[in-house]
Amino acid sequence: MKFDLRLPIGLLFIAYGAILLIYGLFTSEAMYQCSLGINVNLLWGAVMLVFGGIMFALAFYTRRKGADS
Amino acid sequence: MIDLFPLATVPTLRLHGVDYLLLVLYFVFVIAIGAFLKRSMKSSEDFFLSGRSIPAWIAGLAFLSANLGAQEVIGMAASGAKYGISTAHFYWIGAVPAMVFVGVFMMPFYYGSKARSVPEYLKLRYDEKTRAFNAFSFAAMTIFSSGISMYAMAKLLNLLLGWNFDMALWISALIVLAYIFLGGLTSAIYNEVMQFFLIIFGFAPLVFLGLKNVGGWPGLKEKLAIVATSPIYGSENYSSDAWTSAWGSLGSSSGNPMGVEWFGMAMGLGFVLSFGYWCTDFLVVQRAMVAKDENSARLVPLIASVPKMLFPILVIVPGMIAIALTATNGGFSIPEKIVDGATMLDYDMVIPGMLAHYFPTGLLGLGLTALMASFMSGMAGNVTAFNTVWTYDIYQSYIAKGKSDQHYLWMGRVATVVGTLVSLAAAYMANSFNNIMDMLQLVFAFVNAPLFATFLLGMFWRRTTGNGAFFGLVSGTLAAAIHHGLTLPYGASAGIKGGWLVSEVLHRYPSEMAQNFWTAIWSWSSCFVVTILVSLLTKRLKTDDELRGLVFSLTERRTDRYLVWYKRPAVLGAIILAFAVALNIIFA
Repeated sequence: MKFDLRLPIGLLFIAYGAILLIYGLFTSEAMYQCSLGINVNLLWGAVMLVFGGIMFALAFYTRRKGADS
Repeated sequence: MIDLFPLATVPTLRLHGVDYLLLVLYFVFVIAIGAFLKRSMKSSEDFFLSGRSIPAWIAGLAFLSANLGAQEVIGMAASGAKYGISTAHFYWIGAVPAMVFVGVFMMPFYYGSKARSVPEYLKLRYDEKTRAFNAFSFAAMTIFSSGISMYAMAKLLNLLLGWNFDMALWISALIVLAYIFLGGLTSAIYNEVMQFFLIIFGFAPLVFLGLKNVGGWPGLKEKLAIVATSPIYGSENYSSDAWTSAWGSLGSSSGNPMGVEWFGMAMGLGFVLSFGYWCTDFLVVQRAMVAKDENSARLVPLIASVPKMLFPILVIVPGMIAIALTATNGGFSIPEKIVDGATMLDYDMVIPGMLAHYFPTGLLGLGLTALMASFMSGMAGNVTAFNTVWTYDIYQSYIAKGKSDQHYLWMGRVATVVGTLVSLAAAYMANSFNNIMDMLQLVFAFVNAPLFATFLLGMFWRRTTGNGAFFGLVSGTLAAAIHHGLTLPYGASAGIKGGWLVSEVLHRYPSEMAQNFWTAIWSWSSCFVVTILVSLLTKRLKTDDELRGLVFSLTERRTDRYLVWYKRPAVLGAIILAFAVALNIIFA
């Protein structure tokens, strides 16, 4: 059986998002001079976390629906 | 091919623990996908064609991603800096129309014929020799191009990160080998989709930060006007919008930095080269052949063309930002290289340089992972296309006929290992003999240029014969070589750049790109004419019955009226073309 591809994509992006987000929370502002003063780790980590979450949720939802029928 | 001359200013990327964590996590995921898919690899059809069961959206994103190697990302950013928005023609003219054409018109024959590869289609439609010509040249080409891109990647990692060249080469090759060996084409495709999202998420922040830095699109336009008319980067011949208008400066070849006029652009790139690649190259076509039914197969290139259309934002705009900032002392400058004692901009370093400039630790790991992902997706595309053509079109056809399916599945795995090893050898060859690689690429370009004429006539004119196709292909390849041997771009000396046939060249093109486009036009036209002439003079050997499903006029048209409009290829194709036209008008 092949698996739903959205599952690993979701997991990878959740992991990436969480790592960047947490790293962004614990790093000082001085580090973000290169990125025009924006804490891109925090911001982009959050975006990736949401994307990963959506992918994961879609895979999960489809699977449950499939099991019902 | 990426030039890596001694750098005067090397951008250094300093990686920290978190960056390595992201990179390692990516490696774990790609191999895990292969390992999970291993159980479903039961027959050769599973291994080479994913059991023809892949949903259209997955195949569509893989279709795009397999073509999106690291060289494309790096090369398109370099062209964005050198030529500006005109580079987008490689997408809007040079890809989208051909992708729509292959989806709407050609896929029914590829998929409907049940051919397992593009060379096999040629055998069904024409004859054995035409298939052999295509199979051997294609197999050699994929292996060498994957070797060249492996070389470029390892060299890049070596320069930027100080990694050992051999280590970078072997680790990345072994990872790709592992996931294809385990899970075959399905594994390559699944990973390509993941890589697609990584590439987008890895490069999007670069575009965002760069645009913010130059003051948005209006700011970028203003700065690029300075670039266009500056004596260093542009020329006084150019109008101030040479970098920001895609068509405005294409009236004559001296008015734009590409040195191409509109006809060469539309015919050479837009027709011959782009249709030749997207409609006949098994590397991409294979990804549509795996779809679960014929309609899905037709939707695959259409789905791929939507992100393709928008990719210039991701890969060309960073190059435009880089040159704008370099020319106006905006804080970032493109790294320089030394060639023959002279210092010049190293455009291939645009993306690495900008990653080093804008990305902090953390995001830098993501950016680097995106670069690795683009490299691996390109390489996996080559390896999976190679092992299929090798096993079905060479091994099964000429070496070991009539073996069990399990035997060919085994052969596919062997071909994956051997193919990767030969690629590695090619990478080392590229490292020591740059010229041989340039020459091989040139020869492959000659072989590829006429192909689309063969397919077009084969699919839409039933009178085309096997002899016509074969001699057409040979004449097209020769025409390309002769045209190249008789002409030269300005400023180049005879040799690898052309002009090797005569002491006094017949024509000088304003740029290498113009010469390439015209080589393709000559080659295609010669193949087209010779195929028709020889076909009329030779006897048809295939009966109408044998050609059913392979030729337009002999194939029953299946209606797609029962489908909702957004699943009908023709409707979607028309909408996509309208969008492409709109983009051309907006950025004209």
